[in-house]
Amino acid sequence: MYELEYSMPSSVNDAVAEIKKSSEAKYLAGGMTLIPTLKARLSSADMLVDLKGANLSNVSVSSSEIVIGSMTRHCDVASSSEVLSSLPALAKLAGGIGDHMVRNCGTIGGSLANNDPAACYPSAVLALDATIITNERAITAEDFFVGMFETALNENEIITEVKFPIPEKASYIKFPNPASRYAMVGVFIAKKANGVAVAVTGAGENGVFRCSEIENALNSSFNVGSIDNVEISPDGLNNAIHASGSYRANLIKEMAKRALNEMI
Amino acid sequence: MPDGGSTGIGASVKRKEDYRFLVGEGNYTDDINRPNQTHTYMLRSSSAHAKFSLDTSNASKAKGVVKIFVGTDMEVGSIPCGWQVDSKDGTPMREPAHPPIAKDKVRYVGEIIAVIIAETLEDAKNAAELIDVNYDDIPVIIDMQKALDNSKGLVHDEIESNVCYDWEIGDSEAVDKAISEAAHITSLDIRNNRLIPNAIETRSAIGDYEHATGQYTLYTTSQNPHVIRLLMGAFVLGLPEHKLRVIAPDVGGGFGSKIFHYAEEAIVTWASNKIRRPVKWTADRSEAFISDAHGRDHVTSVKLALDKDGKFLALKVDTLANMGAYLSTFASSVPTYLYATLLAGTYTTPAIHCNVKSIFTNTVPVDAYRGAGRPEATYLIERIVDKAAREMGISQVEIRRKNFIPVDAFPYQTPVALQYDSGNYNATLDAALKKADYDGFASRKAESAKRGMLRGIGFSTYLEACGIAPSAVVGSLGARAGLFECAEVRVHPTGSVTVFTGSHSHGQGHETTFAQLVSEKLGISTDLVEISHGDTNNIPFGMGTYGSRSLAVGGEAIVKAMDKVIAKAKKIAAHIMEASADDIELNNGNFEIAGTDKSMSLADISLAAYVPHNYPHEELEPGLDEKAFYDPLNFTYPGGCHICEVEINPNTGEVKVEGMTAVDDVGMVINPMIVEGQIHGGLAQGIGQALLENAAYDNNGQLLSGSYMDYTMPRADNFVDFKVGNEVTLCTHNSLGVKGCGEVGAIGSPPAVINAVVDALSELGVNDISMPATSEKVWNAINNAKDKS
Amino acid sequence: MEISITINGKEVKANIKANTLLSTFIRENLNLTGTHVGCDTSQCGACAIHLNGDAVKSCAILAAQADGAEITTIEGIANGDELHPMQQAFHENHGLQCGYCTPGMVMSSIKLVENNPNISEEEIRKGLEGNICRCTGYHNIVKSIKQAATEMGG
Repeated sequence: MYELEYSMPSSVNDAVAEIKKSSEAKYLAGGMTLIPTLKARLSSADMLVDLKGANLSNVSVSSSEIVIGSMTRHCDVASSSEVLSSLPALAKLAGGIGDHMVRNCGTIGGSLANNDPAACYPSAVLALDATIITNERAITAEDFFVGMFETALNENEIITEVKFPIPEKASYIKFPNPASRYAMVGVFIAKKANGVAVAVTGAGENGVFRCSEIENALNSSFNVGSIDNVEISPDGLNNAIHASGSYRANLIKEMAKRALNEMI
Repeated sequence: MPDGGSTGIGASVKRKEDYRFLVGEGNYTDDINRPNQTHTYMLRSSSAHAKFSLDTSNASKAKGVVKIFVGTDMEVGSIPCGWQVDSKDGTPMREPAHPPIAKDKVRYVGEIIAVIIAETLEDAKNAAELIDVNYDDIPVIIDMQKALDNSKGLVHDEIESNVCYDWEIGDSEAVDKAISEAAHITSLDIRNNRLIPNAIETRSAIGDYEHATGQYTLYTTSQNPHVIRLLMGAFVLGLPEHKLRVIAPDVGGGFGSKIFHYAEEAIVTWASNKIRRPVKWTADRSEAFISDAHGRDHVTSVKLALDKDGKFLALKVDTLANMGAYLSTFASSVPTYLYATLLAGTYTTPAIHCNVKSIFTNTVPVDAYRGAGRPEATYLIERIVDKAAREMGISQVEIRRKNFIPVDAFPYQTPVALQYDSGNYNATLDAALKKADYDGFASRKAESAKRGMLRGIGFSTYLEACGIAPSAVVGSLGARAGLFECAEVRVHPTGSVTVFTGSHSHGQGHETTFAQLVSEKLGISTDLVEISHGDTNNIPFGMGTYGSRSLAVGGEAIVKAMDKVIAKAKKIAAHIMEASADDIELNNGNFEIAGTDKSMSLADISLAAYVPHNYPHEELEPGLDEKAFYDPLNFTYPGGCHICEVEINPNTGEVKVEGMTAVDDVGMVINPMIVEGQIHGGLAQGIGQALLENAAYDNNGQLLSGSYMDYTMPRADNFVDFKVGNEVTLCTHNSLGVKGCGEVGAIGSPPAVINAVVDALSELGVNDISMPATSEKVWNAINNAKDKS
Repeated sequence: MEISITINGKEVKANIKANTLLSTFIRENLNLTGTHVGCDTSQCGACAIHLNGDAVKSCAILAAQADGAEITTIEGIANGDELHPMQQAFHENHGLQCGYCTPGMVMSSIKLVENNPNISEEEIRKGLEGNICRCTGYHNIVKSIKQAATEMGG
């Protein structure tokens, strides 16, 4: 890791002030991806502004939505009684990220800001139509994810919380990459008042996406059988040593069926 | 099995070495720091094949840099290969020069091109980024078939071929004749996938030169410090043994990858003299992936001829074996003497022929990895037997029984040089069938089918040759070293014992097993025994630990040294008790005059030996400290039966191991707990090879699976509890009757797993699948079969 | 920068560079070499420690992030000469061979059990996703953790 400075401001405003001191500074939000990439010199920063002290880790729930502070760790989402009772699929998703030690550090905000194409959280955010609240504005899920490792966040903008509307039902299934254990395909299905949303992570060349083929099938008939005849094109899906595009296309269907089996 | 009491032979004594590891006080190489030490970063080639030049002028001036060395700075000997294999035309293998630091050409991604020594590792890494490297790329040779055509390019221009040797064993004419006349021929093309050993401790080395005495010390992560001293001292750096001390302290796993003499060891040792300061290097994991020798990587075509009843008539094998870019220490022997000599397996196949071409490619050198040659042989035998059984409609069990070497045929001379001393293959098969509940398989398969799942069961009735090795035999086959072992047993004045052994423990539990040998033989508790290993200044000599040799060779050396101790102790006891040495008997640690109640303990005798007031000085030297060398008379031949049961989800191709049973005959078992642990570990690596692990290169010679993000390391949730058992036939040519257990798990299991996968898919018409049988590969096989039907 | 950390019950103050990894700080500055480093992608878990009561991978955290924290390493879990039940169980069940992954395995497993006292075999195997062992095939590690879970009051 190159030399850098570290600071841990105690508020979002202070964090923004701090990061503006250098054009090479980065926010640190758990660090489970950032520290290893810095360590490997695959990225660099001259300052890390740790958001841990900025009072952003809290979970609250109302009748219609769950609000999760951006610095809430995966382990805290996974074990939150509020999340477990109103949106158990999200708790399960969080409880399946990395391993138990990674979950003790990694945060939802860090995961979303990084937008790793194989990360789990983006699928929930997209399928549930969550809103990303930052220190500057509210961003819809649809607008937030721009491409692989790219988001709509401005320079220095900080995610402060994520608002998840509570669906009727939801489920998330991950088919892990056997080596990294990231999602090779992860499918999040949400049944909402206005229809079914299916978001897929791990498979797309540009990161998370909505799978309209399965959504259409499920909107016409919400059962496992209706997925059987859905054709998923391998175009635009990742082709890499552990899975080709056509295998991933198959896994999208199969994981969707598993998710559905959990919901029905 | 003898009852050695609480700490003797046959007891599951808890390991003496555990405590220091459990409390975090193990002492691994990277835990060691020397006063005034410098840190090294090895700049490695990012190109697989190129002429290169570099400019270090900016880097040399960087903060903290002590010295930068390039290839032309280090004019030393070539990194040697320890085994000369001759081609079938009698010409010796082609042996390209292997400089520790590449001079003007690189031949694989990962080859060292500059050595940056600095005050801190960070300084060294920063400086490395200031080195300007210009690569003039040359076409890259990755595929072994393509490498055979020398006009497509050469890995080494000076040897004018990419073939290291073209070697054969067996009777080609007899095999061809049998094939032409056989009732049935089964053929199979096999790739034995390239693996990366991945001991969890990465390699590390510290060179420490003491100017005042001219003494060099190398701390290194090695399985055999004396071998490193010999190879590096005599061949690379020209340092005599008495000025070079090699210490391999606690070593965090080896699996073969820490046998070899690596460039980094020579570099830090040599550099510590040049800069007159200790030089430390520790590999990152990603560095380990491109600098530790890889394993396996064979492409083989095999034919089995059978008579109409399924009796094997002949086996014909053609193999291309990848050597990587340079010959590593044992590389040449792995696909020849450790491979083709195994091709009889447990069967009476009367005619066998094997041709092996070993090939240079622009990849990391390939050498021994747990099993080394024997897993490759076992895989092809057990796969072709499985396929033949399917083709001929004979059951997997029946075809094996039909062809087993019968128990009354030992010693059994195979057509490929080896003479097996003992074994009972039906016994291990029977026990495994029972343990795996083979009788219940059909109902388990039916139950899986109800859930839409495919279930399969696969067998491997394997044999291996270990206890490496009789020096005269291996010498006649080209080995440039002897493969004996050495031990010294020092009885201290008050009767406690230190054993100095040339074997090296890096997980095998020698500190316990060897202590049990002493406990059994000298009748003292293991608490009174210390096992010392891993330091060339303490240990008289040693050939180290690999090839499942520690007990069968190293343990026998300890026994021989103890025999000398006992003989001398009897003479001392006889003198003191005024009896004849012939009348002294050793019972439960007491030296007794037969037929009397007079006796002396070992402690009484050793005290007399070190305080020799009443002592037979005319006849004996004082002291009780004996050394022995042991050179085995033959290889040892563990064998057994592994049975794997898998369930496959046809919709995704996921393979779940539902059962893994191993019943092995490893000869006499000293510590059953440790033996089982060794087998568990081997099974995990075998299942890993079969289902998960693969070192993949792209056509440019970049390693695609170069970290744990892409190379699938087996995790706990890839397995179920293993069912392990043993059946014993004793080795007939060592006193302990032991055979070796370190590699059997990795040797026997891969074909059992693949046979199980093929069994599950056979109803769809699938008759082969290559390793690793990943979910995608299985899913594709299922789809292709569906398309055909 | 100045940091102050309580490690195995002792407070230490140190002046470090901000890019120092916690694993490096523990091994190099504090000479607690029981915490090992086995990979560079935070997967092997050999570097596991307890940070404010949570198992974490010390190779993926800066020492600076641990300023003010309480840390326990493998050297700090035995009670004098009396091994922690997890250490004892690894010894009794031959849950270690080369010993290199062992400190991380033990530190990780203690928290797996503390957070799930009635942990099942399946949960143990799943829970060890972040700890890689190349020697044991995990068989005896799983057995060790099961025994420790019983002894730790599950």
